[in-house]
Amino acid sequence: MTEIATVSAHPQPALLQRFSRADLLFVAAILLLIVFAAVASEAFLTQRNLVNISRQLVTNGFLSLGMLMVIRTGGIDLSVGSVLALAGLLATGLQEHMHFSAAIAVALAMGAAVGFLNGWLTARFNLQPFIVTLATMGSLRGLTYVYADTPRYPVDEMFRALIGGAFVGPIPVNFIIFALAAPSVWFYLNHTVSGRAAFALGVNKEAVRLAGVDVNKHLIFAYVACGLFAAIAGVLLASRLGIAQPSVGIGYELDAIAAVVIGGGLLGGGGGTAVGVLGGVLALAVVDNVLNLFNVDSYYQQLLKGLIILVAVLARRKKA
Amino acid sequence: MPHLAVSHIAKGYDGNPAVRDISFEVAAGRVLALCGENGAGKSTLMKMLSGATKPDAGEILLDGKPVAIGGPSDAMALGIRTVYQEFSLLPHLSVAENMLLGRMPTRGLSFVVDWPEANRIAARVLADFGFPEIDPTALVGSLSVARQQIVEIAKALVAEPKILILDEPTAVISAAEASKLFDKVRSLAANGTTVIYISHRLEEVYAIADEIVVLKDGRSVLSGEVVELGQERLINTMVGRPLSAIFPKRKGEASRPVLEVEKLTLGDVFDDVSFEVRAGEIVGMFGLVGSGRTEIAKAIFGATPAKSGTVRLSGKDAGFATPSEAVRGHVAMITEDRKGDGLALDASVIDNAGLASFSRYAPNGIIDGARRRQLVGEKIRELSIKLADPAQPVRQLSGGNQQKVVLAKWLLVENIQLFIFDEPTRGVDIATKVEIYQMIRDLADSGVAVLMISSEMPEVLGMADRLLVVRDGRIVAELLPKNFQPETVFAHAAGIEAGEARPERLH
Repeated sequence: MTEIATVSAHPQPALLQRFSRADLLFVAAILLLIVFAAVASEAFLTQRNLVNISRQLVTNGFLSLGMLMVIRTGGIDLSVGSVLALAGLLATGLQEHMHFSAAIAVALAMGAAVGFLNGWLTARFNLQPFIVTLATMGSLRGLTYVYADTPRYPVDEMFRALIGGAFVGPIPVNFIIFALAAPSVWFYLNHTVSGRAAFALGVNKEAVRLAGVDVNKHLIFAYVACGLFAAIAGVLLASRLGIAQPSVGIGYELDAIAAVVIGGGLLGGGGGTAVGVLGGVLALAVVDNVLNLFNVDSYYQQLLKGLIILVAVLARRKKA
Repeated sequence: MPHLAVSHIAKGYDGNPAVRDISFEVAAGRVLALCGENGAGKSTLMKMLSGATKPDAGEILLDGKPVAIGGPSDAMALGIRTVYQEFSLLPHLSVAENMLLGRMPTRGLSFVVDWPEANRIAARVLADFGFPEIDPTALVGSLSVARQQIVEIAKALVAEPKILILDEPTAVISAAEASKLFDKVRSLAANGTTVIYISHRLEEVYAIADEIVVLKDGRSVLSGEVVELGQERLINTMVGRPLSAIFPKRKGEASRPVLEVEKLTLGDVFDDVSFEVRAGEIVGMFGLVGSGRTEIAKAIFGATPAKSGTVRLSGKDAGFATPSEAVRGHVAMITEDRKGDGLALDASVIDNAGLASFSRYAPNGIIDGARRRQLVGEKIRELSIKLADPAQPVRQLSGGNQQKVVLAKWLLVENIQLFIFDEPTRGVDIATKVEIYQMIRDLADSGVAVLMISSEMPEVLGMADRLLVVRDGRIVAELLPKNFQPETVFAHAAGIEAGEARPERLH
């Protein structure tokens, strides 16, 4: 065993081999889309538009990274859209009673708690996560309307001024927060005991159990992280828009799943990387933006996004 | 005082006892072989020792003290390491990560994986084991099946175990690899590790074990020192009859050719395969793991069609592109992976048994429930499938009865001219085996052509009227019963001179 061999030691093969043909096609497709957008619309490559894209992708970015952590365990979390809505409402609505930072803390704790509930029910009772999170998705949406059936507005000016409305130079603070969170997900997936165990149990739960690993602990952690990320997305969205609506986030779980799948994630476990998911998030954000610039009807946007997911999955299909 | 003692242990699944009453003890540093037919309770016993499942009754004692093994982590804390027969490896993960699953080295913060250290540990264990060429960073899925088994064993060697349980560890590895394993077992035992060795290869048992416990129907029925127990007595105890009484005699004669295969080729999987199977005849096909025998059968059945060559059935062209074409063309195939693609385990016996013969009870697409019950019921009686209710899920039946449901499914299809059996008795107890052998012989005697693939040498030699030996995707020998010596067959299968053949590598 030479030192070189151990230094290159990493769960994944060498850099170039890590990119499959589908990955390269995927990168090429995003670049092509960007070039096309830049040529076809003068508005695309303006600073204002790029800032817009970067702010808008934060929501789906957080949801998708959380979703990735859960999907790598072989699970799924349909409740992220509801968590996002309730978190936004708590972070703004509770400002009537407490400092906005405390309100944010409550919102984030709620997200983590919902994640814990999802993970615990899934792990402890061996339930299907699709059903568990479908139930929490519905219940939580109901709870959101019980808490506030009309929009809430932030009380403290600083809630917007410090976060959603703030910039460092030309870069939105929302995006900076996201840019800090993304590497931590990569680190979790590749370099923590829990992240590796979560990935392994997504491939073969029984094998991991027989290795003496506390399967439930690592499974629950992934759901907690996913819930927390959804709550962060909700707080950041409310802060950027300056309003929290109980109806926000319906269907967002589908965009998050789409980004994970486009980025190479496998429903049922066994695949998906943080970098791939970031690519998926970026691709969806650029497509949205370009279609908006060209004033394409939103129904066509949905149609096109569906097709993109199909093409991505077909391109990544393993040859039988 | 014995290092490990098991006292009147019992375990059942869904009311079916798998282990009824097993007791034995073994001293530290000894190698104990557990022998018994499939279904005798070996695997269940092993699972109780390793914490994969809990006993219903009885005690496990370590150094004289009763221990409660509530889960795999308890067993590990006690120094018990297990190599399972079914792979518990994760193909998407590296060799090192698989070996260290659950005990990854960390640095700095206790939750941060130390990858370089993990790879160093794995490399050291593999080198000590005699396999320095296995790269700890390689993905397990990229290794050969034999190498995966080596990694599976190496996983148990990371922390020197106090008790090492090996369940059929040599099923898929080469003779050279097996001899490295035996060296390792001996050196572990010399250092005080107690080894439980499960194998149905008696020659291996006599090569490695100090003592033997024979299990039958979930009970420990015989135990003693290896030197005191002869093979004849062992076989008679396990099977309850001499081997000669197991295989039914052939009644009819082979007549017209039913299956004619010519120059069948599929890339580097198999090449230039030609043979025929006649009506009334059982043709055996033997080959080592990976020889291509199953793939040839799958090509005939249309599951993975060949690239070139011809297949004729009763003189007509029969190059089936899908299994459904093959079934319509009067071919049936009983696959080796009963649970994977032979049965829908959670569906009922009726649903499973009727799956291939809709045309008989649902001519217009609407199922005639009474007719289906009647048809399936006949087969349940014919094959004496033991069940409480035809509507119960197949999962609740024993392995032997599950296999009979698969057979019932195909026997319900009318006018089958060719039956292909791939490992028809895998995971089946000896009594059911005898019934299945009789059923296959009856099929042949009724004028059906039978192609039987098996990796169990006694079975294939006992059943076949003619034997094809497959090696590296080619048929390398065609033998008649007068040439059915295990050494000869094995020499052909392994591609070595008959004198070099190691019969202990045979089943």
